[in-house]
Amino acid sequence: MIRRVSYLSLTILIVFGISSAQTGSELRFCLRNEPKTFNPLLVEDDASETVRYLTGGVLVRSNRQTQKLEPELASSWKLSKDGRVITFQLRKGVFFSDGTPFSADDVAYTVKQMMDPALHSPTGDAFRSTPGAVSTHVLSPHRIVVTFPAPVADLDELFDQVAIMSAHSPNKEKAVLGPFMLADYKPGSSLLLKRNPNYWKSDGQGHKLPYLDTIRLDIQPNRDIELLRFKRGELDLINSLDSEYFDRLASSSPNLVRDAGPSLDSEQMWFNQVAQAPIPDYKRKWFRSTNFRRAISLAINREDLSRIVFNGHARRAAGPISAANKFWFNQDLRPDPYSPDTALAKLQLDGFERRGGVLYDASGSAVEFSIITNAGNKYRERMAILIQQDLQKIGIKVNVVTLDFPSLIERISQSFNYEGAILGLTNVDLDPNAQMNVWLSSSENHQWNPQQKAPETTWEAEIDKLMREQASSFDPKKRKKAFDQVQEIVVEQAPFIYLVNRNALSAVSSSVQGAKPVILRPQTYWNVEWLTRRTEVAAR
Amino acid sequence: MLSRIIRHLLAIVAMVIFGGLACASLVRFASGFDTDEQQLDLRLSAESLQALHESHRSEKNLSQFYITYLKRALHGDLGVSHSLNQPVASLLRGRFPDTLRLMTMGLALGWAIGLGLAFSTALPRFSAYSFLGVALSGVLLCIPAAVLALLSVVVNAPAYLAVALIVFPKVFTYSRNLLAKAFSSPHIITARAKGLGTLRILLWHVLPVVAPSLLALAGVSVSIALGAAIPIEALCGLAGVGNLAWQAALGRDLPLLVNITVVVTLVTLLANSGADVLSHAMRGKQA
Amino acid sequence: MRVIRKLAGAILLVVVIAAIGASWFAPTDYAAQFREAPNASPSRQHWLGTDEIGRDRFSRTLYGTRVSLLLAPAAALLSTLIAALIGGVAGCLGGIWERLAMGVTDLFLSLPWLFLLITVRALLPLNVSPFASALVTFLMLGLLGWAASARILCAGARALRRSDLVVQARALGVHGVRLFAVHVLPNLRPILLAQFLISIPVFILSEANLGILGLGVAEPMPSWGSLLKELEGLTSLSDQPWKLVPLVLLMVVVTSFQMVLSPEEVTA
Repeated sequence: MIRRVSYLSLTILIVFGISSAQTGSELRFCLRNEPKTFNPLLVEDDASETVRYLTGGVLVRSNRQTQKLEPELASSWKLSKDGRVITFQLRKGVFFSDGTPFSADDVAYTVKQMMDPALHSPTGDAFRSTPGAVSTHVLSPHRIVVTFPAPVADLDELFDQVAIMSAHSPNKEKAVLGPFMLADYKPGSSLLLKRNPNYWKSDGQGHKLPYLDTIRLDIQPNRDIELLRFKRGELDLINSLDSEYFDRLASSSPNLVRDAGPSLDSEQMWFNQVAQAPIPDYKRKWFRSTNFRRAISLAINREDLSRIVFNGHARRAAGPISAANKFWFNQDLRPDPYSPDTALAKLQLDGFERRGGVLYDASGSAVEFSIITNAGNKYRERMAILIQQDLQKIGIKVNVVTLDFPSLIERISQSFNYEGAILGLTNVDLDPNAQMNVWLSSSENHQWNPQQKAPETTWEAEIDKLMREQASSFDPKKRKKAFDQVQEIVVEQAPFIYLVNRNALSAVSSSVQGAKPVILRPQTYWNVEWLTRRTEVAAR
Repeated sequence: MLSRIIRHLLAIVAMVIFGGLACASLVRFASGFDTDEQQLDLRLSAESLQALHESHRSEKNLSQFYITYLKRALHGDLGVSHSLNQPVASLLRGRFPDTLRLMTMGLALGWAIGLGLAFSTALPRFSAYSFLGVALSGVLLCIPAAVLALLSVVVNAPAYLAVALIVFPKVFTYSRNLLAKAFSSPHIITARAKGLGTLRILLWHVLPVVAPSLLALAGVSVSIALGAAIPIEALCGLAGVGNLAWQAALGRDLPLLVNITVVVTLVTLLANSGADVLSHAMRGKQA
Repeated sequence: MRVIRKLAGAILLVVVIAAIGASWFAPTDYAAQFREAPNASPSRQHWLGTDEIGRDRFSRTLYGTRVSLLLAPAAALLSTLIAALIGGVAGCLGGIWERLAMGVTDLFLSLPWLFLLITVRALLPLNVSPFASALVTFLMLGLLGWAASARILCAGARALRRSDLVVQARALGVHGVRLFAVHVLPNLRPILLAQFLISIPVFILSEANLGILGLGVAEPMPSWGSLLKELEGLTSLSDQPWKLVPLVLLMVVVTSFQMVLSPEEVTA
């Protein structure tokens, strides 16, 4: 009898627990900054991107876990052989959050807005391989053809970033197709998103998604306070956790932290190779020498950077692509070993000589240069200090200067009044096309020597050619071959000295069910419509 | 008295306008002025980057910018913040009450503790508090404002407590020194020798002497509290003007910075002018 | 109270000696990285443990004392002198000069000097030595930190201008600089002292905050400010309470300064 009662109680508890978990509640986490816009086409900062991801409905979605493209608002799609035309078959019976029906008109409207040259949409620019108008042809209320003036590599994947806006709704920014909609916004303080009652997705049992009722996003730039609030139970997840906080949390609550492995992001150092830069000629000569750059790379102890700065939560970088990007990473590449002797040997090829613990160039000038990085990023500051010591061992004096971000941008992109710099690259996309503006010598973001009228070196000309080649091809094997060559050239010439790839670290409260942190952004809430939060009743 | 007030108000208006121009000049010629983080967005095409650079063109000509700003401000249009993409007027309107509340409570508490402890140094019964006050003010002066703000979050204390703890040591140190000096003046020694009570001496003979300096300190403490508000609001997640100022500074947001400077100049001038007027009124009464 | 003053004086002397003799007293160089032991707890090899990149904290605290104890009081003295000149003279002169000076002072208090500091950083060469960078930083702090005190000094000087003491001095033919230097300035000592004592820790802390602009003491040279900046990682303090040592040291030094320089207690 007692056993029957116990089983019954347990069953009731489990059922109640499941249904409590599935009836949803509030998910809480922090934004590091104030969102700059709620227009999904103008999103360029992390906070706005978070809001777009949670509220925007897209035609196709790259599953952050499997990295495969899946249908969303488009039930199917077809890409033409030349990569210029994409045809979408849209789902029927879908409505915006304000009740207006979703149709091909909305897709046409969104594409038109996105590709409007006057809008300068970052999302639209990702599609812009050449100038020219993009046309849309609505074949039926649920079928649309979008034609681009030139082939766009990975065209279908790019639509993962395009949140469809309503063509007919009076309040376009507020009418959304995603799982949540903006309910309240207190500038400087917080945002409240509530579930979209018209969200089209259901689970296998026919329950409407999302499971959660609301999401509260607090604006909190300070990581210490974020961690404190997470420990207190005031927050449910920390989407991007710093390595030192990871270890601190892991020591007390190991079940709450997640290390998804090396991310796609990289930290790198480079030297100023701009011809007109206001730096002494003899220094410019150093920085333009491949032997010099390779020597510096060999003199840096990447193992220590990973172990000491990131507490082991980083991997030595082998090149421009993280090893986590399994398809595009050139498997033949290895990180430069730490070898001060080899570094000195390489420097000697250029006439450098170490005397009395100081390295001199062929003209007798002591080798001394500065490295700038952005203040406030303690990991970069620490990396710069470790590198300072590493290079001191081969006789090079390094001055570390931390600058506020606008001053740093001014130096690396306008005045070119700097010598060395350490920054990072945030890669949201697996496809190397996303880095086109880094590798093309004519680009503004070709950091070491931007906006060249013509490539100043043969290897940069070669990279230009290979990048254009892979961008215009649709054969993954051909693209991979071309980009593998780009990676080899980059490692050989070292315009960027790649340091480490940081791990994707996050923290998830035990009350959150269904979270599967991954390396692609957003790491923890990529499957937000499936997340649940165990209520206090069930926990009892 | 009335003519003095009018003179003060006119001077305030002139200073505020000049303050805005001075701020605009400082920002305009600072490194990183016409840069934008968005420049590093790899998705942007050459045309979009060009448009980004052009978007700050209207701010490059300082005199043109400021004259346009003044003309619009007279009609209530304070411009648009390009770091937050919102009208400056609504930003300030929404955030100023929080900062005002934070500063008022912080100043009141800081003065209450600071002045209270400083007075106690003058009273023999409580002279032990002198050492406590010196030690406490010394300790608090050494703790960074950011740490005080973080502590207030950790212990769930109100943010104005952090402001109070920043204001208190300055108020205490100045007040204590002023009171000590006043107590050592000949007429006070005479009064004590003649058997006047401590409280009477303090209220009738010491306070009037130190009042002008204390009033000046009161005016200045408003600036101190405003300065403290910036890190405290940023760390405690308060949506105030201080938080806004920091974001604006990092983003070189000229329209927002000029307006914030105008507000800060106005508050500072009003506070200090108020102190001056009160001081003058007290002198008039004493005469 | 006299005993406490003597004790405070002795503490200051010990700190000054330790700072001057940092090269002898410090067990290691302040920049030496013990990479096998980052974030180490206190031990026989590292009395205050190591920082996040393995540098000996005790050595860094000693060397940091040298920079901060030398430059911060110098900057505090500079700001006090400027405040005395501007506020004191304005209060003595009165009238339009006082109004003008105080107007400029109020404006000075309101402007975002952050941008001037950014400009100064832009004008400095990137390869400036850490000490030169520290010198420029404290100089700027001294040049910019006078305004609050100037106002209070002006009020004090204004009151003195009307006092019997000054009226009598004028009657005896004392005017101008002599009147200011001999009769007014000494009576403003309490305010000057307060300004000086407050400025020392304020400047030490401000120097660290200016690191965000590229000013301040450049790595690897330590300063109290940079050591105190670690306290902003508040959540780690419970596990690493030895990080509080620079704060305790600064508190002791500032309190000692106050004890030594403050006027004798005179109570009713």
